[in-house]
Amino acid sequence: MKPDIDLVPTPSQTAGPYFGIELTTDEHCVPCVAGPNAQGERLWVMFRVLDGDGIPVNDAMLEIWQADTHGKYNHRDDEQSKPLDLGWVGFGRLGTGEDGTCVLETIKPGRVAEYAPHLAVAVFARGMLKQLHTRVYFWGDAANDEDPALQLVPPERRETLMARPDPARPGHWRFDLSLQGDQETVFFDV
Amino acid sequence: MDSVSTRLSIRPYTRLPKGSQPPSLYEPYRATVKRAPLKALIVVPHTLSEITGPIFGHEKVREGDNDLTRQHAAEPLGERIVVSGRVLDSNGRPVPNALLEIWQANSAGRYRHVGDQHPAPLDPNFTGAGRTMTDEQGAYRFITIKPGAYPWFNHYNAWRPAHIHFSVFGNAFISRLVTQMYFPGDPLFAYDPIFQSIPDERARQRLISKFDLETTQPQWAKGFKFDIVLRGPEATPFEA
Repeated sequence: MKPDIDLVPTPSQTAGPYFGIELTTDEHCVPCVAGPNAQGERLWVMFRVLDGDGIPVNDAMLEIWQADTHGKYNHRDDEQSKPLDLGWVGFGRLGTGEDGTCVLETIKPGRVAEYAPHLAVAVFARGMLKQLHTRVYFWGDAANDEDPALQLVPPERRETLMARPDPARPGHWRFDLSLQGDQETVFFDV
Repeated sequence: MDSVSTRLSIRPYTRLPKGSQPPSLYEPYRATVKRAPLKALIVVPHTLSEITGPIFGHEKVREGDNDLTRQHAAEPLGERIVVSGRVLDSNGRPVPNALLEIWQANSAGRYRHVGDQHPAPLDPNFTGAGRTMTDEQGAYRFITIKPGAYPWFNHYNAWRPAHIHFSVFGNAFISRLVTQMYFPGDPLFAYDPIFQSIPDERARQRLISKFDLETTQPQWAKGFKFDIVLRGPEATPFEA
């Protein structure tokens, strides 16, 4: 069957303000990436999404994709010779609340090849005609210094890609996702 | 860890042709002004983090989730339609087992969402949300009603053309697509900054479904075709 179209990828359009009736219903949200039996260091990342005026974005959706504790993705194109944690999926999906925040529960991923542990994040919202891609790295991880993607980022901007530990709450991390402005998060052209 | 021994050969994905996608900042769509990054995006070579992505099983979809006209006690008001098509990658290969999620306004142009205060009636028999998975040929099918156009506050007398929101997962995290499907001949296209944000005219046309007599069911529902192309791996020389 010949497709009735050329093969240029379909254009993106904004998710708009009403995606919550399907994408982030209680049933379809995935706030916990790692099930109770997942191996690895359990952690919580509080994301806060801000616009160019520093105003919390209360209608954003974040999707997270990450490797397991061994640094292995649950995907046929991951040909690394590593075990995959039993039952590991690696996907999360959250909607931000009135204060622009949402909390992801997961485990710290292992290193994938030569990359430091990181979460891949896609951001969707009203006012965003296409998703933005960024990565969450973990502040203080020794592998950050040798991560090839971080090396491509001007040193003064790398901090925007670092989740910071909450000193008062072990296992809890914070990541501000600034869509625009002085503290604008680094987004990747993927 | 010896980083050389762990380096992998990655088959990168196609990059998006210029003009085929909207920019992040498009001033006529006012909400982009404070939500678009102003610093340059950092180009990164594709790694496993980009070329892998969630692959869902059929547990994500229940029987009947693709029929938005049968979620309540009675049928919703409006013009019943069948929306079907195929999901392909940019090499023309069908994408099987792709999760498709849709959401839309009812026939009066109102969403069942607390944020939608447009003074048009809600329909007790219409939620406006559904999902399905593509089959082995990448084909999908939804039964729904034609959404109404509705006003918004972007500019004076602003109206969105009738549309159905689509969310699609492909093989890779970077083939993820959220878009909107429109209906042929809508007089609002010329005035809609969301539709017009796509620079290339041919690219815009890809979002307009086609009326299709073959999938139109006599005495029951009009058929519209909407094929979707997701980013796929770069073609190897012998495939090109």
